[in-house]
Amino acid sequence: MGKFLARRLLNHVVLIFLATSFAYLLAATNLHPRDYFEQMQPPPAPEAVNAQLDTLNLNDETPLAQRYATWITGVVQGDFGKTIQGREVADQMWMKAGVTLRLITVATLLGGAVGIAVGAYAAVRQYRRFDKAATAASFFVLSVPTVVIAIVVQVLAVAINDGLGFQLLRYSGEYSAGFDGTWWQFLGNRIHHALLPTTVLAVALFAAFARYQRNMMLDVLGADFVRTAMAKGLTRRKALFKHALRTALIPTITYFTFTFGALVSGATFTEKIYGWHGMGAWLIDSIFRNDVHVVAAVSWFMAITIMAASFLSDVLYAWLDPRVRV
Amino acid sequence: MSTDIIETTEVASDECAGEAPVLEVTDLTVTFPGRNGGPDVHAVRGVSYAVRRGEVLGIVGESGSGKSVSSMAAMGLLPDHAEVTGSVRLHGEEILGLDDRAMARKRGKVISMVFQDPLSGLTPVYTVGDQLAEAVLTHEPRTSRAQARARAVALLDLVGIPNAEQRYRSFPHEFSGGMRQRVMIAMAMANDPDVIICDEPTTALDVTIQAQILDLLRTARRETGAAIVMITHDLGVVAGFVDRVLVMYAGRPVETGGVDDIYYRSRMPYTMGLLGAVPRMDLDDQGALVPIEGTPPSLSNPPPGCPFAPRCPLVRPECEQTEPELLEIGDRPPGEEVRARSASASGARAPGADAAPQRVACLRSGEIAAQGWTAQDIYPVPDIPETSFSHTRRQDRREVLRVTDLVKHHALTRGAVFKRRVGTVYAVDGVDFDIREGETLALVGESGCGKSSTLMEIMGLERPQRGSVTVMGKDSSTLSRSDRFRLRREMQIVFQDPMSALDPRMTVFDIIAEPLRTHGRSPAETTRRVYELIALVGLDIEHATRFPAEFSGGQRQRIGIARALALEPRLLVLDEPVSALDVSIQAGVVNLLRELQARLGPAYLFVAHDLSVVRHIADRVAVMYLGRIVEIGDTRSVYSRPAHPYTQALLSAIPLPDPEKERARTHIVLEGDLPSPANPPSGCRFRTRCQKFLTLAETDRERCVSVEPRILAVNGEDQGAACHFAKRWGTD
Repeated sequence: MGKFLARRLLNHVVLIFLATSFAYLLAATNLHPRDYFEQMQPPPAPEAVNAQLDTLNLNDETPLAQRYATWITGVVQGDFGKTIQGREVADQMWMKAGVTLRLITVATLLGGAVGIAVGAYAAVRQYRRFDKAATAASFFVLSVPTVVIAIVVQVLAVAINDGLGFQLLRYSGEYSAGFDGTWWQFLGNRIHHALLPTTVLAVALFAAFARYQRNMMLDVLGADFVRTAMAKGLTRRKALFKHALRTALIPTITYFTFTFGALVSGATFTEKIYGWHGMGAWLIDSIFRNDVHVVAAVSWFMAITIMAASFLSDVLYAWLDPRVRV
Repeated sequence: MSTDIIETTEVASDECAGEAPVLEVTDLTVTFPGRNGGPDVHAVRGVSYAVRRGEVLGIVGESGSGKSVSSMAAMGLLPDHAEVTGSVRLHGEEILGLDDRAMARKRGKVISMVFQDPLSGLTPVYTVGDQLAEAVLTHEPRTSRAQARARAVALLDLVGIPNAEQRYRSFPHEFSGGMRQRVMIAMAMANDPDVIICDEPTTALDVTIQAQILDLLRTARRETGAAIVMITHDLGVVAGFVDRVLVMYAGRPVETGGVDDIYYRSRMPYTMGLLGAVPRMDLDDQGALVPIEGTPPSLSNPPPGCPFAPRCPLVRPECEQTEPELLEIGDRPPGEEVRARSASASGARAPGADAAPQRVACLRSGEIAAQGWTAQDIYPVPDIPETSFSHTRRQDRREVLRVTDLVKHHALTRGAVFKRRVGTVYAVDGVDFDIREGETLALVGESGCGKSSTLMEIMGLERPQRGSVTVMGKDSSTLSRSDRFRLRREMQIVFQDPMSALDPRMTVFDIIAEPLRTHGRSPAETTRRVYELIALVGLDIEHATRFPAEFSGGQRQRIGIARALALEPRLLVLDEPVSALDVSIQAGVVNLLRELQARLGPAYLFVAHDLSVVRHIADRVAVMYLGRIVEIGDTRSVYSRPAHPYTQALLSAIPLPDPEKERARTHIVLEGDLPSPANPPSGCRFRTRCQKFLTLAETDRERCVSVEPRILAVNGEDQGAACHFAKRWGTD
């Protein structure tokens, strides 16, 4: 098992390297940092632009291979180059990553847990009222893009705030600018701000998980081993919990880790709409700014999270399902 | 491990009630309401029985007869939407209608159950030991974990799991089917229940494992003193194991009585047909099997009269008026009275408790008893003509197929990116046989012995890894593409599962016409031939435009046979053609196969695990074990004078549908499971389970361990066995 995982890990490292390199090459050939400087007011002297581009390793007059070599040497040493404004990419990246991870961790856990619970119960009550309601709700959510949900929730929040006359729900930013207070107050302020975007993401995830878990659960509900469990004296509820749900959770949990990985980029819209400065929002902004190094760094980070999620799902699968342990 | 765990109250009630039944089911009905406006399904329609301590009741019936549903209802295991009425009393206490919590306290404690499919019966994510301990802990929550664990280990030991202490930590997938069924039985025994319901406990298992499990159930009965309800479709399993039998048909008991009464003095045409339909391994020349025409009635819309009337050879007009009650033979009112009474439709049911005498649900049971009819008297048994080859000596007939030293090894590989070979599965490891015109060779053996792999190698017509396959005198390794295509006409196959062998989107006509079209027959000829074939296999012309889903299993298998016969092959390969069918249907298909062979003369290569069917249909038989043939010869010799210990054990393991013979027999019960074909034992492959090996002297054993035996002729006739110490009948 350890050997298997080690080989998997090596595979992932190679894939991450390839994905990041391609992202860099794509960004370096398609984005034009020179435009960024030339559009400045007043326009700087061409020599100054060149000098600036050279210090940032962004000069399109330098051969691509040489720029790539400089960049990849840095990456290997943990240096992701500088942003187009001349700041360290690495420092900013960890900050943005923190924002995104905070948002999506809570959202996936919440959405996953509610989705699994609702899906599993809906399966038990197949074709009854609860199942029908859960199915209708999840299909409704699935058919509406997350962007729309995010905006609708925001509009509603504004309406509620207006109706109440005070800011019950925060819908912009990660924390109140210039907020001052104790550590606890600061945390409270952050949670207050995180409420809406987290809910938006969680709702979208809940729908997918509820459907998925319902199907998985239906597969095992009629399984012989559930009947065996009841035959030895477990009540139906206990047999369903201990034997059916435990078995039906295995595929869902691997799905869960993948969702988490994919959400690093998937949360972009929500971040933009709620004014959170996370990874997704950063990527979009950088493309507009022709910021090659940030685009490459964000791609690297996304590759890392997806591969980490995939690796984690392998480990979890082996841990949960004795049949795949070798 | 004795009965001292049983609560004192129960012992007391046992004493005062004397022979009171432990489980008493009265007038049980189960209805599944139709969904979305569909009709209700009446799965069980009035079942009554009672079992006492230590007694074994067999419930026999074909699929859909309601035998499993009725016992699931007694256990409270049916889904919520099932409507159950009647009464189920456990030690006199009504348990039908108890809520799930109260019922859960009974399940596994007073009444427990062993299910059919051990492969899916255990939760895959928990160790077998934990699942067993759970059965103990559920009912004795104060037991410490260590105690529960010790009890689980003791139970594993009791049911014959070697190294119980270590195997406690194994997961279900690490156990073979037989071992898992042992665990299931251990689970059922865990709390010394008073009733154990066994629902087809051996159906999914091989015969040698079946013998082990039946032995184990006898142990369970002895250890717990429990009453056993044995549900099965296999009349052989019931014969030697039970005290009383209840025969079910279309959700109703149609005959009940002592096991000897049912087997020797059956008075219900259905039971009689069922017994006549079973191929008998112990009879030399049984003649044609008794086929029961038609199929069981729909459970959602049963006919008003006797449910068996549409298939019954003794049917009379009054049979179709009301359903006959289950009555003792002497109590049956004459037909005139029934006709007169049918308008008022009154019906005093016979009491369910006292079930000792034979009772039959047939209007003509008295007549059958008086005339002493048997199945052969009342059912039209087809006359199977002799083949045109039966007068030619075997040596003089043409060879249709010769397989020489055939080998098929699969590589066992590890790793996804860099595949490396970690071992070899010796699926087929040097097999020799030949088939002559018009004869049937049966390839028998337990699952995993390589019989299907052999078939696939032959049907592939490729160059084998070693050895050769010669069809109609042509060596498969020398064939060109077009030769191979032409040769396929000469050999066709009928598959095991008639449900998946036919394309559900094609009509019967298209299915049968496909081989003809593929081989370039003209449309006019194709049409003519398809209708000819439909008639040949006993289907109606109007069936041609229907789809496979509209047919029963037996009819589908007939379609498969018609397709295989379309090109008039010289060799028909039959891969377990009847093992998925019910006994009464199976008889019809077996008769059809024999008749077709007699009329058209193809040779059959018949692969089966059911040795009774083989005895009935095959001229020669080859017994396989771990990729090798261990014994081959003409059927009569092999069955009457088996030379190889494995053949002896196989034959001995098969229960006979004859209670007296069965009680008198001693079974050879082989130890353990089939070894893995990836790691066969050295020398003789069978020696690890061989009953003869155990009796040999040390020097003789040495030979078994080091020298692989070759097939040598025994008994002077067409019979050979691969055993150093093959039994030579008549000489010792």
